[in-house]
Amino acid sequence: MNWFKYSSPQSFFPVAGKLVPWFGALAAIACAAGLYIGFFVAPTDAQQGEAYRIIFIHVPAAWMSMFLYLVMASWAGLGLAFNTRLSGMMASAIAPTGALFTFLALWTGSLWGKPTWGTWWVWDARLTSELILLFLYFGFMALQAAIDDPRRADKAGAVLALVGVVNIPIIYFSVKWWNTLHQGASVSLTKAPTMAATMLTGMAVMAFGFWFYSIAAALVRARCIMLERERASEWAADYARGSA
Amino acid sequence: MNWGSLENFLAMGGYAFYVWGSYLVTLGLLVAEIVLLALRKRSALARLRLHGTAAQGDR
Repeated sequence: MNWFKYSSPQSFFPVAGKLVPWFGALAAIACAAGLYIGFFVAPTDAQQGEAYRIIFIHVPAAWMSMFLYLVMASWAGLGLAFNTRLSGMMASAIAPTGALFTFLALWTGSLWGKPTWGTWWVWDARLTSELILLFLYFGFMALQAAIDDPRRADKAGAVLALVGVVNIPIIYFSVKWWNTLHQGASVSLTKAPTMAATMLTGMAVMAFGFWFYSIAAALVRARCIMLERERASEWAADYARGSA
Repeated sequence: MNWGSLENFLAMGGYAFYVWGSYLVTLGLLVAEIVLLALRKRSALARLRLHGTAAQGDR
């Protein structure tokens, strides 16, 4: 299989179109299952009562915010290295969804912090570095929007995205490197999780749901970007006529 | 987890504002993103149909 075949927007466009409903359906199923586990299977927390149920969106959203940034930066790096048009389109397509999940991580964290810590916000290392991640996404989108030529916008955005990658390990390890009000990781690669199995399952299923959702949303947005940027091309005009 | 009644479920053990505030905003933003994407695709297609055949080669 020649993977470079799919690096042109023209051949990737229909593939992405076929994938979207599948990832959308998987996202709906996983989120429904995750919410069921989160609200009806997982027990009440001994210390936090029902407030802890925010975990089922807070942690998956925070994971997605970092993961999507890495995926976005990878596409951006590929674009700089190989100068493929698709790479820049994919990076731009991921950014708003990444920003969305970053905002949700901060928002749900704030609503969780108030009843458990007694404050909506503190300038500790975890919260601050996550806020910087939100500004990196906004900066990436603003920089791209400010440059008329899409290829130059891709390159400028790619440099910003790659420099910003340094923030991801800072977010992840912030709870280890500094004394933070935010708790340490309950789930990590090196230790057994320190939480009830049903809580962990609910969180993992929701994470898959958000993951599938992000793929679907990014593919739909990538298709929009392809239609916008390739509007002078024959295939885009043909597609528009065909879908009338 | 058995909530017993709908009121108990909605009350979330006194944390209704925080729990539902998190879930409803999440739901709202995801729905908003889906709607915005649908509108964006529609306008991209409308623009293509408007200019597609008439302005070949003209960006």
